[in-house]
Amino acid sequence: MRLMSGKTLYDKIWDAHVVAEQDGEAILYIDLHLIHEVTTPQAFAGLRANRRAVRRPDRTLAVADHNVPTEGQELGVDAVADDEARLQLQTLGKNVEEYGIEYFPMGDIRNGIVHVVGPEQGRTQPGMTIVCGDSHTSTHGAFGALAHGIGTSEVEHVLATQTLRQTKARNFRVRIEGEPAPGVGAKDYALAVIGEIGTAGGTGYVIEYAGSAVRALSMEGRMTLCNLTIEGGARAGLVAPDETTFEYLKGRPATPKGGAWEMAVGYWKTFFSDEDAVFDREIVLDAAKIAPSVTWGTSPEDVVAVTGTVPAPDSFATPDKRASAVRALDYMGLEAGQPITEAKIDVVFIGSCTNSRIEDLRSAAKIAEGRQVAEGVRAMVVPGSGLVRAQAEEEGLDQVFKAAGFEWREPGCSMCLGMNPDRLSPGQRCASTSNRNFEGRQGRGGRTHLMSPAMAAAAAIAGHIADVRDFL
Amino acid sequence: MQAFTRLDAQAAPLPLANIDTDQIIPKQFLKTVERAGLAKGLFYEYRFDEQGREKPEFVLNQPAYKNAGVLVAGDNFGCGSSREHAPWALMDFGIKAVISTSFADIFYNNCFQNGLLPVVLKAEQVQQLMDEARGGNHVVSIDLEAQSVTSPSGQVFTFEIDPKRKAKMLKGLDAIGETLEAASAIDTYESKVALARPWLEGA
Ligand code: SF4
Repeated sequence: MRLMSGKTLYDKIWDAHVVAEQDGEAILYIDLHLIHEVTTPQAFAGLRANRRAVRRPDRTLAVADHNVPTEGQELGVDAVADDEARLQLQTLGKNVEEYGIEYFPMGDIRNGIVHVVGPEQGRTQPGMTIVCGDSHTSTHGAFGALAHGIGTSEVEHVLATQTLRQTKARNFRVRIEGEPAPGVGAKDYALAVIGEIGTAGGTGYVIEYAGSAVRALSMEGRMTLCNLTIEGGARAGLVAPDETTFEYLKGRPATPKGGAWEMAVGYWKTFFSDEDAVFDREIVLDAAKIAPSVTWGTSPEDVVAVTGTVPAPDSFATPDKRASAVRALDYMGLEAGQPITEAKIDVVFIGSCTNSRIEDLRSAAKIAEGRQVAEGVRAMVVPGSGLVRAQAEEEGLDQVFKAAGFEWREPGCSMCLGMNPDRLSPGQRCASTSNRNFEGRQGRGGRTHLMSPAMAAAAAIAGHIADVRDFL
Repeated sequence: MQAFTRLDAQAAPLPLANIDTDQIIPKQFLKTVERAGLAKGLFYEYRFDEQGREKPEFVLNQPAYKNAGVLVAGDNFGCGSSREHAPWALMDFGIKAVISTSFADIFYNNCFQNGLLPVVLKAEQVQQLMDEARGGNHVVSIDLEAQSVTSPSGQVFTFEIDPKRKAKMLKGLDAIGETLEAASAIDTYESKVALARPWLEGA
């Protein structure tokens, strides 16, 4: 039966990249390899130890993002205060020089979070295979590229061979249909999907997002949606490329120009799931039923509508889950049954590869405009790249934020994972636009609530988790 | 990479679901440019208090489990960040196998790159091992060739594993060397694609 049916988008990208099969495992060609300072030092050391070269430096792009400070970047790497971070950044600088890899170092206007930079430069293109030693590589799936995170041994493998050994995942389609209510967007869709399937619900699958609500999303919204795919356990997320995609890509530094552009678009248009393609699993969500969402616990599946209450551990099915919920409530300092809007906020973080692009900043600025950050709240905005920062300044968004009492910082991963000095202190509660609310993720003992940029801005103004719809 | 054939080791129970890689090894330990020495950061927040003192209640701090070679954990072990530091830290501590009902995809892959065996068993079997691991005798045996786990009381559970992965694990084979045997196929692929998708060349 399977032989007769059509192919999914994932099947098509997969088929176009199989170089060979060894013992039933495919050697998959990698079109673009993104690298950064944290997950590569041991990979380059491995190459050197085995006297291996980088096969395609031209298909590799390096950025400095995970542990760069978000102020004083113009002082350069040698001025980074943290010894170990400085060593990692210096090590990356040496490695890219030795192997001839293009690199946007800290302070370069093109530098920023790896998953913001790839699309922004037009390096991310439909139908490609893209990997990076970072789990949120799934972001690039927004362009109809098969993109996923890999570990350091695999980074070394890709550097040496420009391929990855893979077994094929199964196909999962998530359709989001209809029109969302005002104040609801891609982040809420993503949280709703994870809340629905759970953090392991996508394990073993590649998810294709489809449906009218997905088609209606901008590229940036699609990136937010695909970014969070990994939190649902899936290997990658995909959205089929369309006019929105081509419009976004046109004229970017690395996209083809002139006749080559037409040729590329013709090729990109072949990437969609056939009408008769069979998906191993499918769910359908009604966009109109999705409320602005926030997380209450320490796993991204711990989602509630902003109008909802903190769940009771007893409401979970298995002993493990109940134990995890008890631990999460204790860690988060919340009580079962409490309305989530009662949670008072100490810090607001608008940034990360999930939500640090220009549209994210615009939607947060719209809420912040003419209002003031609540007394005692520290609110920061960290643009995803130097170019996003420059664009925002051109639009005057920095002024809006500063006037409202937000800090306007330099690009990087920042408080998404707190490897640089931007961290929560124990017990601090943060409204964050990032993607992980794990224990200690944003700083030891820090309590993270994930939400959209507009919701985070609303929390900054209110001083507690708030319904963005009250601010529209 | 070290080969994995058979293991007889103490098993430590960790009955929590969704243990993510941030919990396995927090980010402050990711700033190294080395692979070794990560055991000090393993389960850091569980093992140590704010002053850096060991928390006696955490399983791996208890004398009976300090030399554990197997971890028995709740669902969806290893979710979150792709950091390979997670398997490195587990192995540096002496853990050679993790048993759970399910593993996150990237972590699962990373295990095989490093000779750490992830074993998937059914929920009731994991529960049984968890219960037995809490008892006085908590040595389990894992036989990769036979694909079996023998509990302290002698119950035998079999597990599924991809045959290619199993073969490589048994031999401790390096994936890069293996792929490079297909170097000519990669050459052919590249020249074919250079013609079909010329806009990607010289980008
Ligand atoms: S912003 Fe956060 S999730 Fe994204 S690449 Fe950086 S650390 Fe990873």
